[in-house]
Amino acid sequence: MYGEKAVELIRQLHRSPDGSLPPFNEDGIRQVLEEMRVLFEQNQADVNKTVDGAPGLFPGVQLRHAALERNKRCLLAYMFNRMERLRAMRWEFGSVLPPDIKYNLSEQEIQWFSRYNKSLAAYMRSIGGPSGGGLDLTQDLKPPKSLYIEVRCLMDHGEFETEDGTILLLKKDSQHFLQRSQCEHLIRQGVLEHIL
Amino acid sequence: MFAPCVKYPTRLRENYFSIDDILTTQEKVPCKFQSSVLGLGFLDPGAEGTDLAAGTAMELPYWLARALCSRKRRIVTVEMPKPYREGYRQILSADANVVDLHKLGPYYYAFGIYLQSFGQPDAGEISNTLLQTFSTRFRRIMDSAQNCLNEDTTAVTGKLDELERVLFRVGQEGLTAFHCWQSGQSAKIVPSTMVTNYRKRKRQDGD
Repeated sequence: MYGEKAVELIRQLHRSPDGSLPPFNEDGIRQVLEEMRVLFEQNQADVNKTVDGAPGLFPGVQLRHAALERNKRCLLAYMFNRMERLRAMRWEFGSVLPPDIKYNLSEQEIQWFSRYNKSLAAYMRSIGGPSGGGLDLTQDLKPPKSLYIEVRCLMDHGEFETEDGTILLLKKDSQHFLQRSQCEHLIRQGVLEHIL
Repeated sequence: MFAPCVKYPTRLRENYFSIDDILTTQEKVPCKFQSSVLGLGFLDPGAEGTDLAAGTAMELPYWLARALCSRKRRIVTVEMPKPYREGYRQILSADANVVDLHKLGPYYYAFGIYLQSFGQPDAGEISNTLLQTFSTRFRRIMDSAQNCLNEDTTAVTGKLDELERVLFRVGQEGLTAFHCWQSGQSAKIVPSTMVTNYRKRKRQDGD
């Protein structure tokens, strides 16, 4: 049946769990586009024949046309949903994606991601007027209650330089008392654990 | 949460790009061709010759059936799929709670709503059944979502349709958030769920 290959792309996305992106299925997309090309050519031929007076071809044209539109919808939805997920990842993982996720992206998606990064950064810098210094929107996702918080390292992360220039060694199971704004990202990445 | 991953509303709302909507419209509807379709005989594996003859009965996906059956053109006529017919409607009206809706169709409600658009004579009864079924089952779903914390819920969710699963998950998340608040944990900064899931998967792959 027409449209099966296109839906298979959608199913692939549907099956893949949250926080992952299946490899960009270039081959699948090529096959769908090929199916669409054949459909379009057959339709054009049938329309030309109908114009010349051949009867009874109309139902076939309708059927192929519906299949064409369906394929188009599936392809667009495939691209769009991948992009949405990529955008969500920018907020969850930060501006640098883990290498194996990046490996699954297509060339255009990598470009899109870096452009999104740039626009987001430019926007965050622009908040608060020209002298305001900007506002990091990815910070303080929960209302902050104190300036400093206590954190425990969950893995060896190496050296970490705070804003005032002190260098800390983030070693597994060590505990630190840090400014909230400086370690929130590391907590979100799962490197540190917030101790209440 | 500010992050623009608004998961539930987009899942519940149909739109052109919605994955769930595309999968819903992929469900099959039994159809019968009213006029022959020339040159497309290969679509029906049982057909002989190159054309689809008038009178061929075939299951078509909803999107195709919809395009071929409207007031303007009647290339096919449509019948209701089995789970929406009289027999199943009776089962659902007897006790909707015990039915495995996921087996009847992962998108039972959404697809049922789509079927209304064909204007079949029993469309009204189908919509009544859907409404009845939903209101009977909703009570139980809400109840179980609000009362099992950190337990294995697969036995409960296995029988739910996709819409109900979303509702169940929302209920569960509400319950966890409430418990977090009760134990004074809600000010704690937690790792993002995507990162946690990603790490878990990596750990599995590593083993």
